[in-house]
Parts: sequence; structure tokens; C-alpha cells
Amino acid sequence: MKYTVGIDLGSTTTKAVVLGDGGEILGRGITNSRSNYAVACEVALVEALIAARFGLVERAMAGLEADESIRRAWLEQLQEGLRLGQYRAQLDSLGAVLAREARGSGLEAGVREIMDALGAEAPQLYGPGTARQSDFFRDLSGSRYRHFASIAASGAPGLFDPLVGLFDKSILEVENSPAAGEFSSLVRAALAGLDGVPGALRGAVEEAAAVPLELAVSVGTGYGRATLPFPKEQIRSEILCHGLGAHAMFPRTRTVLDIGGQDTKAIQVDPQGIVTSFQMNDRCAAGCGRYLGYIADEMNLGLHELGPLAQQATRTVRINSTCTVFAGAELRERLSLGERREDILAGLHRAVVLRAMALLARSGGVADEFTFTGGVAKNPAAVEALRQLTAENYDGPTLNISPDSIYTGALGAALFARRDWQRSLN
Amino acid sequence: MTTPAEAVPEVRKDGSQHKQKQMIADHFSRLARAPRTGDKCVYTFVPGNLTELLLSFDLLPVLPEINALQSGMRGKSREYISLAEKQGHSEDVCTYVKCDLGMMKSGNVGPTGEKIPDPDLLLLSYTGCFTFMKWFEILRQEYGAPVAMLHVPYQGDGEITAAMRDYVVEQLRRNVIPALERVSGKSYDEDRLSELLARSARAEDDLVWVLESAKNRPSPIDAYFGGVYYIGPIFTAFRGTDEAIDYYRELRAEVEQRLADGRGPLAPDGEIEERFRLVVEGPPNWTSFREFWRMFADEGAVVVASSYTKVGGVYDTGFRHDPARPLESLADYCMGCYTNLNLPRRVELLSRYVVDYGADGLLVNSVKSCNSFSAGQLMILREVENRTGAPGGFIESDLVDPRYFAASNIKNRLESYLQMIDQKRQAGGTA
Repeated sequence: MKYTVGIDLGSTTTKAVVLGDGGEILGRGITNSRSNYAVACEVALVEALIAARFGLVERAMAGLEADESIRRAWLEQLQEGLRLGQYRAQLDSLGAVLAREARGSGLEAGVREIMDALGAEAPQLYGPGTARQSDFFRDLSGSRYRHFASIAASGAPGLFDPLVGLFDKSILEVENSPAAGEFSSLVRAALAGLDGVPGALRGAVEEAAAVPLELAVSVGTGYGRATLPFPKEQIRSEILCHGLGAHAMFPRTRTVLDIGGQDTKAIQVDPQGIVTSFQMNDRCAAGCGRYLGYIADEMNLGLHELGPLAQQATRTVRINSTCTVFAGAELRERLSLGERREDILAGLHRAVVLRAMALLARSGGVADEFTFTGGVAKNPAAVEALRQLTAENYDGPTLNISPDSIYTGALGAALFARRDWQRSLN
Repeated sequence: MTTPAEAVPEVRKDGSQHKQKQMIADHFSRLARAPRTGDKCVYTFVPGNLTELLLSFDLLPVLPEINALQSGMRGKSREYISLAEKQGHSEDVCTYVKCDLGMMKSGNVGPTGEKIPDPDLLLLSYTGCFTFMKWFEILRQEYGAPVAMLHVPYQGDGEITAAMRDYVVEQLRRNVIPALERVSGKSYDEDRLSELLARSARAEDDLVWVLESAKNRPSPIDAYFGGVYYIGPIFTAFRGTDEAIDYYRELRAEVEQRLADGRGPLAPDGEIEERFRLVVEGPPNWTSFREFWRMFADEGAVVVASSYTKVGGVYDTGFRHDPARPLESLADYCMGCYTNLNLPRRVELLSRYVVDYGADGLLVNSVKSCNSFSAGQLMILREVENRTGAPGGFIESDLVDPRYFAASNIKNRLESYLQMIDQKRQAGGTA
């Protein structure tokens, strides 16, 4: 089967979307962006292709004589088993680098103790219904490493920082190495770890693994697109990709707002998803995702906690600063005056959205339907503020937010790749 | 460290560019010699400059905006702006002003390394930019030089009336000419002024031909980045001179040859293969001029018409300096400069450019510290889009403050804009 792929290299995450030869979405993959863009792209693509293979497995399983709930349970076990295999392979790489780095430092025993503990607990992190802190190896292994490092250093507190320093150094090499993993070997290993697997499931897996997947065309986009490992003609602006991706998700979209890590984009599209006008923040990234990240740090909160907390506000404190750093100062000032955190957060979310509203106005306003994408679209308080302000200013257009909105740019890029492929066939 | 293999490739220039550079350098040398030769210098501004009138008194024009942009291109503006800010000028003040003041405080050394003499007169003929007035207020205080002021009525209703023309001519007769007579020690000679104006009109004919050559496909010129070289002599000290006539005749011949050969414009890194035709509104950035041009050239984007090449005079709508009506035509010239047009007239002009030059769209380069040029640009963009159906794009930079040239952001927006045009072309109505 021929496939086309779009890769969106954002400032925070890299996303890939794989389309089948009929244009259907076969799989999506995501990883953290890192200093080696080529590896980030490769990892995102591998992840998307693994997801695509699981899609094929699911398709092959559809013919099996088993309840759908049973089929889903098998599939989930298989997916978790495969993830566990990947995690273990990366732990092995990490262990090897750590052992090399620790040589002669006096930290060897501590590193061994931590790595043994990480290996031992790995099966508990993966399994049906398991909630993980993150699916990115750096985040997950880093968090668990620090946990076990604090135990290893409990008798000698001075050891903790050097142990963590070793991890910080070693993880760079591990995550910047090419992704290991080829579906058939990974999935066979996962199958081997499952008990009582019916032969029919094995057959479906083998059938899916045997489908030849051949890359037709790839297109790259995003913040780091100039450094993507693609020739120039296979690179598209993220403006165009977000416009087309949003159109594909919600065909009646006429206005798109994307608030990412460092960019806010206001885009107008025509009925075919073709961009007719756009505006981006310039000179300053206040009001972007990083703004909220900074505020979360200032308040010692997780980024995901900000929105729900702001929703508990009883009033909205007015935040006037448009500069991220000044907003931090204003936040501390308000706290010292006795304002509630929830109310201040509500004001900060409104401030973020007000900046976006200015960009939207400059790009041509908000038309019906209106699609909100990017990481900030997952923040319920930001969504609520946007809903209120668009209702006040633009007659309340239909607001679309897809659970897969983070893949909007990659989807648009994949659609451009598909068009390029079709054009080459004609 | 740059190794020989990594050395920056030599900038490629047309013969006219070399000639233009030499003309400007010669002028600065003339200025530097002024204290010895006894020549008098008059500081004045590009929009609404009265060069022929000054030359009729044998006075040498000095144009602070040109000095500032030259400082920007030569990497000196950062230091000059910083010096002006230390003296209390705000970050939001026009960076031409701060660059000029910084240069003055650093010894007033011009782009050729020679000192520019102090003004004998500040001739304030301002058109559309009210910062000019504050600028010369400061210079008057700094130099203690007299000011002759010419108030140019703004074309608020989009036309030049007889009363407006009379008003300007009256000021020329009553204020400006007597001031020039005092400084030069010479009497006003209208015949000499008419001779100069006749030469201006000849150079203007050739300039207009060159600018309109961009209607061809491919365009033989870039009317923005290349255009700033073309307007150099006529916007500065050479209008009304034989040198200007020679320059524009040679430039025209050069462009005629380029046209005959079917060649595109020459950018610093080589000839541009035209893929996009743009109209640009707003001045260019000077501190990263070559890098800015390269962003366009790399994408095959050729600017076929620009408003910036009209700030020192709009000639392609038919205006010519007229030796038969010397002061009246100087008045019409001042009132007709691009910066003195009201927004509807600017919209009309830019829309006509998009249509007449077969452009793919209008791109605005909005300048952070220039309120007079930047005001209304979003409205202009939308209105030109509505009238022509060609998509608009918007980027932001600054004149000579390098802190406001964010290369990656500008490149990102420009590429996005050009890809948007490309997408619309490919779609042709169907996605």
C-alpha cells in the first residue's frame, strides 16, 4: 500500500500523520521536538506507522469470530505490550550510556540501582487502562529516574544532583539516536509476552505486518520546517497546512485560530480550505502557549492544571500586561493583594485570548465556522474565554475543537503530500 | 572565522548601480569640501524636496533620511540609535531621527567617512510626515541654524486645488526664496530655475519608462529593492542636473537591453527567475537590506511596483516638473508626493499597480517606528484585496533599528504568503 505522510515540526512537539492510498488517516504519531530535528521526524513517523499497522491489525481482526469488546481488549494488550518493548529497548540504551558516563565517577552503583528499579517497574507502567504521566520516553523515564535517584540518595543526599545530572547528559544522546523499532519484530515480541493468544489473532497480526507500506510522498511543515530532512519543494508553510488540516477536520471552517508554543496564527480559508488571509504574532510571543507555561511555573502548577483551576473563578481579574514577564510580575502583585489564584488565572486566560482576538481582527475577523487548534485548544478556560469573546464580537460562530487538533498541521501537510502524489501520477 | 571557501560571494551589480554609487559618493565629497570651498549647505527632506530651487542658488542639499539609511546599510545605525536613546529619545521615536542625531553626536561623519558640514539653513518642507517638524526643531536647537518652513497642505480630499497651490507658491515667494537668498547671498533667478526644471522633466521621463518596464513578463527590474537604487539620484541632490539626465538615460538603455534579452532583475546574488510578481507598500528595511532582498529573490519574488519609490515624487501618473510654471509645478510636486496622498488615493494607486502590473498581490512591510507610513496599512491591504481580488500579505520590520528585523519571522511570513499565492494559483478555484 502506498502512503503519504505529513510531518509538523513544532517548537514543542513533532507530529506525523500517515494517509492511506484512499486518503484515509492510517495513523498518527507524536514525539517531543529535540535538538536533532531529523530524529524527531523519524520518531514521529515511526510512531505514526506503528499506529497505521495497528489500524491494519484492527481491520484484519474485524473478520474474526469474537466479540468486539474482546477484540478491543486483545488489541489494547498488544499495543501496550509493544509500548513496553519500546520502553525497555530505550531503557537499555539509556543504561548503556549512563554506565559509560558514570565510569570512574563513583556513581556506578547508584546508576545500576536506579536502572534495575526502572527495569523492574516497567511492566507496571504498561498495561490495559494504565495511566502514564507521559508517552515521551524523556519525560516518563526522567520522572521515574528522579524518583529512584531520590531513593538511591536517601542515605547520601549529595548524590542526588550528580545522579540527575548524569541522566540529563545521557538522555540527550539516547533521544537523539535514530529510533529503534520495526513493527513486525516489536509486535511479535509483544505477542510472545501475551498468554493464551488465539491463533486467529496471530494470523491477523501477521497479515497486517505483511502489508507492504511504501512511502509515496512526504511533506514537512512547522516551526523547524527549514531544517526538516525534506527537499524544498516538499516543505509547506504551517499557515497553509493548518488551513487545509482544519478544513479536512471541519469542512465548513472559514476561520482558524492556532495557538501553539510560540506562534499564534489567525487564518481565513475559503470553502476549499485555501488560505485567503493570515496574521501571526510578531516581535513577541506573549499570549502563546509558552505564556501559560511560564505562568504555570510561576504558580508552581502543572500546565494541565491551569485551565480547570481558572474555571473555578468567581470573577475575572483584569490583567493588563501583554508581556509574559510583566504578566508574571502582575500575577505576583495581585497575589500579594489577596486576589484568589483562580480569579487571577481567569484573567490571564482572558488576556491570552484577547491577544488572539486582535490577531483575528487583523486577519479579517471570525467567520462561521470557527476552528480552534493547537495545544492551547486543550485548555478549557482558554476555550471558554474564546467562546465568550467571539460571541460578544462576532455573533457567536460555531466553534469547532477536535480532540486531534494537535495534528491539524501534520494532517494538512499529509493532504498536500497526497495532492503532490496524485499530481505526479497524472 | 570565515575561511576563503566560506567567503561571502561578491555582490553583483548593474553598471547603473556603480554609477549611482559614485554620484552619491561625489556629492558627499562635495559636502565635505564645503567648509573650504565656501559652499553653503541646506538640510531638507526627501518628500517634497526643492532640489532645483536650492541648486538655482548654488546651495548643496543634505538629506538626513538618506544619511540615516546609509548608516543603516553600513552597520552604523545600532550605535547611533543607542547614543540618541542615551540622550533621552524614546524607543518609539522614528529611528531615522535617532540615527541622524546619533550620527551628529558622533561627529557627523557621513557614509564616505568624511564629515558632513553643519547646516546653513534647515529647509522644512514636510509632506505627510509630522515627525519632520519635530526633527528639525531638535536640529535647530543643536546647530543653532535658521529654519525656513514650507507648509505643504495634505491632500485630505484627494485633490490639489488652486487655493492649495497658491498657498504653497505664496510661501515659496514670501518665506523660502528670501531665506535662500539670505543664505546664498544670491538673488532668485527664475530663468535658471526653469532650466533646471526642464532637465528634471527629461530625467523623470526616463525614470517613469524604467519603472513601467516592470509591466513586462518577466520584469527586467525589481521596483522595490532595485528601485531604491533607481530613485537615488532623483530623490537626492541630482534632480535638475545633467548628471541625472545621463544617469537615467544610461539606466534606461541598460533596462532596454535586459528587456530585449528577456532577462529578469539582477539581485546581489544573481539574476532572479520570476515566479511571483508583487506590489509592495512601505519602506524597505535598511539594516538587513541584502538579506531582506535575498528572501524575495530566493523565492523568485520580483517587486513590480512599490509605493516607496514614490515618496520622493509620483511621476507615473503624469506629473512632470514644468519649466513654464516653475513655482507652481514645485508646489504640485510637493503636494503630490506619496506620503501626502490621503488613504483613498493610496488605495487607488496601489490597486491600479496590482492590476496594471499584473501582480499576484500586495505585500505590506509595516515599519515599527514610522507612524506616518504605517497608519492605515491594514485598511489599505483589505481594500486593495477587495478591489483587485489579489491576496494581501503583511510583514513587519523597521527602517534602521536592527533590533526590529526578526529574520526568521519575516521569512516565515513571506514564504507563507508566497505559498498562499501559489496554492490559489494551483487550485484555480478547486482544491
